[in-house]
Amino acid sequence: MGIVTPLKTAAEQQLVQQFADIKAELPGGPAVRKLREDAFAGFEVRGLPHRRLETWRYTDLRTLLREAAPLATGPRTLDAARAKLAGLALDATVVVLVDGAFVPELSSLEGLPEGLSVQTLADALVSGRDDLPRVLAGPSVAADDAGLMLNAALMRDGSFIEVAAGVELEKPLAIVRLFSGEKEISVYGRSVVLVGDSAKATIVEINASLGKAPQQLNVALVIEAGNETEVEHIRLVTDQSEGSVGVFSLLATVGAQAKFDSFALVCDAATVRQQHFVRYAGEHSEVGLRGVNLLGGTEHSDVTLVVDHEVPHGTSRELFKSIIGGEATGVFQGKVIVRQHAQKTDGGMKSNALLLNDGASMFNKPELEIFADDVVCGHGATVAQIDGEQLFYLMARGLPRPQAEALVLQAFAGEAVEFVQDEALRDVVMAKIEAWLGAREASSVVSAV
Amino acid sequence: MLEIRNLVVKIADEDKQILNGLNLTVNDGEVAAIMGPNGSGKSTLSYVIAGKEDYEVLDGEILLNGENVLEMEADARAAAGIFLAFQYPLEIPGVATMTFLKAAMNAQRKARGEAELLTPDFIKAVNGAADKLGIARDMLRRPLNVGFSGGEKKRMEILQMALLSPSMCILDETDSGLDIDALRIVAEGVNALRDKNRGFLVITHYQRLLDHIVPDTVHVMSKGKIVKTGGKELALELEKSGYASYGEAA
Repeated sequence: MGIVTPLKTAAEQQLVQQFADIKAELPGGPAVRKLREDAFAGFEVRGLPHRRLETWRYTDLRTLLREAAPLATGPRTLDAARAKLAGLALDATVVVLVDGAFVPELSSLEGLPEGLSVQTLADALVSGRDDLPRVLAGPSVAADDAGLMLNAALMRDGSFIEVAAGVELEKPLAIVRLFSGEKEISVYGRSVVLVGDSAKATIVEINASLGKAPQQLNVALVIEAGNETEVEHIRLVTDQSEGSVGVFSLLATVGAQAKFDSFALVCDAATVRQQHFVRYAGEHSEVGLRGVNLLGGTEHSDVTLVVDHEVPHGTSRELFKSIIGGEATGVFQGKVIVRQHAQKTDGGMKSNALLLNDGASMFNKPELEIFADDVVCGHGATVAQIDGEQLFYLMARGLPRPQAEALVLQAFAGEAVEFVQDEALRDVVMAKIEAWLGAREASSVVSAV
Repeated sequence: MLEIRNLVVKIADEDKQILNGLNLTVNDGEVAAIMGPNGSGKSTLSYVIAGKEDYEVLDGEILLNGENVLEMEADARAAAGIFLAFQYPLEIPGVATMTFLKAAMNAQRKARGEAELLTPDFIKAVNGAADKLGIARDMLRRPLNVGFSGGEKKRMEILQMALLSPSMCILDETDSGLDIDALRIVAEGVNALRDKNRGFLVITHYQRLLDHIVPDTVHVMSKGKIVKTGGKELALELEKSGYASYGEAA
């Protein structure tokens, strides 16, 4: 690393105190305890990620977290969570985490399909199973991230889900993280989904705040997809309380001849940092990482991804669409690494942003690190305004400006959404986008009057 | 009726003046053709009538049925009855053609204080008009104009014209990029819409289109003005002599 940052901010000092106070209570056998100690020691050397680190350049947690909010102790009541779940009306196997704690009474644990097992992360951590160190470590490219170190040290609960080899899950698996938002808290949580060889699964991850108090979230999802698996991951980060800062990590390891797709929607989400770390563990696999960011006000969305082609014959596609208004900021940092032996890698990365007004900004930083000599890799990044020609065409057919704009923006976002394979979830995503655009359209009609 | 009086227009961000005191009248039921060389300002005229923002009107007025449209945005002009068939129709990825058609028809109806179309009526209207223009149903489900051939795009413009039922149709170089069969289909589509209450302004480079859409009047445009007006025989004359005698090379 090279950079030793003395822990000096109030938040960093509070984190040291929090870890010292709580570590004896945190779940885990000896191996997990060691992992926590090592992770925290790594964090102590690095401190909170800050702008002088290339990978955190645009999302300076040191500045954003003035104080480390008290650690969540689990929800006081479940009424709001219950109401929210009823509203979501998910046709899925549901795992509910409120303020980071697994809530069995809200989760669908009865009558799970054969080959699907669900337990709490806390239980898994104390189980002493042999694969824990490997599973929790995730792709090696994530090893140096101080945000994840903090997550590993302080993770308290979450879910640990296994899909047995050969099983095709009929319904999606929904991991619903709700945050009570009653008072300022911090949540460190992690969920794990292990998908056995030749299995098929759709994993939807819903993150929403129920109250108005700002939250500090540091949550991770580990997915290990075995050989010949088909896994689709859909993440929604929406309705976060104002002033919240959320770090959402995805640690994916993809086996041979597998297909792994991830789609993330960020809207109404305060400050969000997503970091995707993806490693190819086997050949002839296809990975697609896509997303839509809808930003207004002073919102901030950072998508940082590292795709590690460790083996030959891997295909990767990234497509992120950002629509940015107000004084909001979008960030896309995509790094595709093609190792020396990873011949015949086929990589294509795109980030397109539309800025709706002068105060909005977008930082695009696509990177290719290629050490193999027989590969096809490309990237493209654009930042533009709404296409005036398209707008005129639609208005010339009678669509009022706000409606014409909404249609152009919907089409822009739709190009990424159309990759979502689960039809019902694609509709959920599109409806969220339409609602966001509708709210924007309504406010522009009001301001035009 | 469309009346254009002493229209002076420049490009908004430049000092370049394109239209230099243009006068033109298109009566209801009339098909008027405008011919002229490249750069004479034909497309600019069509854009300015339709309400594109890249231009600044320095003088003059554009009246549709006696009402000045220059203060209106493009959508209001469309609702008032102006339709521009684009030379290069735009591709709108992600918006299904049917969705777009319904949004456009209902937006215009709303602007005129009419009730929204019921879905069955809408589908019937679209299918009927599409069949006449040889537009396959599958094209209507695709994103608007995305991956359409030149001919398909122009047919889609005429389909929109038929569905929106404007009182003043402007066709900007509708023949460009069309082979002879596509040209005939498009021209038949236009001819089917000829009506005593509807005016047409057909902008073209070549006589060819006017063999199929026979105009009542032909105007020659040069350097941002109408410099000669005549009957349909004027188009044939131009085809022989070119635009050189009007002070511009073809």
